[in-house]
Amino acid sequence: MNPEVIRVRDLERRYDMGGETIHALRGVSLDIRRNEYLAIMGPSGSGKSTMMNVLGCLDTPDGGEYWLNGQEVSRLTDDALARVRNKEIGFVFQTFNLLPRATALHNVELPLVYAGIGSKERSRMAIDALQRVGLGDRMHHRPNELSGGQRQRVAIARALVNRPSILLADEPTGNLDSTTSEEIMAVFSELHRLGQTVIMVTHEPDIAAFAERVVVLRDGRVESDRLNRESAA
Amino acid sequence: MALGMIRAQKLKSFFSLIGVLIGVTFLIAVVSIVQGMNVYMEDQFANRLVGLNTFQLRQRPGIVTGDVDDAEWRAWFRRPRISYADARYVRERMTIPAVTSFYCADRMTLTYNGKEAKDIELQGTEPSYFQIKNFELSAGRIFTEQETRAGTPVLVIGDLIAEKLFEGTDPLGKSVTIAGLPYRVIGVVAKQGTLFGISLDKFVTMPYSAPGRRHICPHNILDELQVQAENPAVMQEAMDEVEGIMRGRRRLKPSEENNFSLQTAEGALEGWKKISGIMMMALPGLVAISLVVGGIVIMNIMLMAVSERTREIGIRKALGARRSDILAQFVVESATLSLLGAAFGIGAGIGLAFLVQALSPLPAAVAPWSVGVGVILGISVGVVAGVYPATRAAKLDPITALRAE
Repeated sequence: MNPEVIRVRDLERRYDMGGETIHALRGVSLDIRRNEYLAIMGPSGSGKSTMMNVLGCLDTPDGGEYWLNGQEVSRLTDDALARVRNKEIGFVFQTFNLLPRATALHNVELPLVYAGIGSKERSRMAIDALQRVGLGDRMHHRPNELSGGQRQRVAIARALVNRPSILLADEPTGNLDSTTSEEIMAVFSELHRLGQTVIMVTHEPDIAAFAERVVVLRDGRVESDRLNRESAA
Repeated sequence: MALGMIRAQKLKSFFSLIGVLIGVTFLIAVVSIVQGMNVYMEDQFANRLVGLNTFQLRQRPGIVTGDVDDAEWRAWFRRPRISYADARYVRERMTIPAVTSFYCADRMTLTYNGKEAKDIELQGTEPSYFQIKNFELSAGRIFTEQETRAGTPVLVIGDLIAEKLFEGTDPLGKSVTIAGLPYRVIGVVAKQGTLFGISLDKFVTMPYSAPGRRHICPHNILDELQVQAENPAVMQEAMDEVEGIMRGRRRLKPSEENNFSLQTAEGALEGWKKISGIMMMALPGLVAISLVVGGIVIMNIMLMAVSERTREIGIRKALGARRSDILAQFVVESATLSLLGAAFGIGAGIGLAFLVQALSPLPAAVAPWSVGVGVILGISVGVVAGVYPATRAAKLDPITALRAE
């Protein structure tokens, strides 16, 4: 068995909403091993977005432990979390979240800028990442000159360029038509086949079906955690 | 990156630059013009009007550029005048090497061949006067010591007189009438040019002892004794000596003030120096006001940029930007914006200085330090104005920022 990349114990997260306390996570425990392909599902309000933010080190839990690659990250400062995001996590968002005025190449280079990598090495690595998602010929296009599928590929290249421990995708096909969605899911499957750990948050069963393991959250707790028969086979 | 943002929002960027632009334009232009004025006043005004290393012994100051109240004016006019005897007394007793010349002048009408030239300065001097004023002749000769002693009616004329009264014909040897008396033209002084647009060539010089003296030096009284020290080093000594000699001659007690004036180019510039001093003192205030306004405008533009680009900040943070990265990005953007304004301001200021040079006789002396100060102010205003918006950006919560529209 591959070693654990993520170990989460009794994770809690509360929000104050106009005097009322909302428990988004009520003690979630989860282990994710290297090269797993995991989907987190659940209806809205189930806590899956909060889970995604905490796993992505964008948010810190109010209780519990979060070990990422052997490091306890639940009590880190803002800047330390920024470091962790930069090195360990590659984000793919529903709305792509590319910088509109920057070229595809520059967008992909961005995490490397914050990693402090020199400009030559940076563009070499970014070009390599773009070629891996099949966009070697679109490097100098801006996001508005690319199709939705191409934009999401740029975002995937950006997420991969720092060789992160986990690829964290939040509804990655939410803004794409079904044909393009399948293309993108094929990219994820290929990355997984090549050894990448992929965590995907989605509410669509069709999309979750691409993963090999599905965790369903409800009311801030893990409702079910099972392997997908088809992909396991 | 910063330049890219500025390019992307040209019009807004331009308006945000105006404050800094005006401030720096002000700085460069005022410093250039005041310095140009200084150069002009010293080179042209003082030295050409008074002469190099020269001072004048007078009843009262002749060139007054400062404020003088009525009482002081009246006191000046009550002083005894400088007589031939005073001037000779001083000249005989001076030990410091110096060239001296009697000098008196008034405006007279010249007639030649039935043509009149009104309001011409008739000067009564000595041959040494041409040395003091550093006049070169374009034709003829100056009058001699003998002619001065004899009071021979001869004239050395200014270039403008030669041009206007004689209209290109050779003036040498011609007879000019002043107040009914004939004078022979023996020399022409080379063109002196203009000062504040007034011609310096509209004069004629005769020996102070010539017949017309009753019109300009009546009753053996002089306007001034001009004294040119041999070199700048002995200038002050020469002035002290003349002061001592005159105080002795007029039997002034140590408690009494001089009842005569020693006028120097420096002294004549005192008033101007005061004016330029005030301008230079007011300058930081004027510049500061426009820079503060410029800074506030830039701060607002940056605050707007931060709220418009909240999502971008969220993306950058998600990808690993630390607070300091975001802070640096916005401060650099703000400083670039402001520096750009300063650069335009420097251009505009230099342009303005050269415009003044083209339209007036003032030389445009753009001070390198003012350009340096402009650049430094530009960067500083940008940094100061950028810190607050950039701090706000750096503190944004990545999740909230990512959700922004």
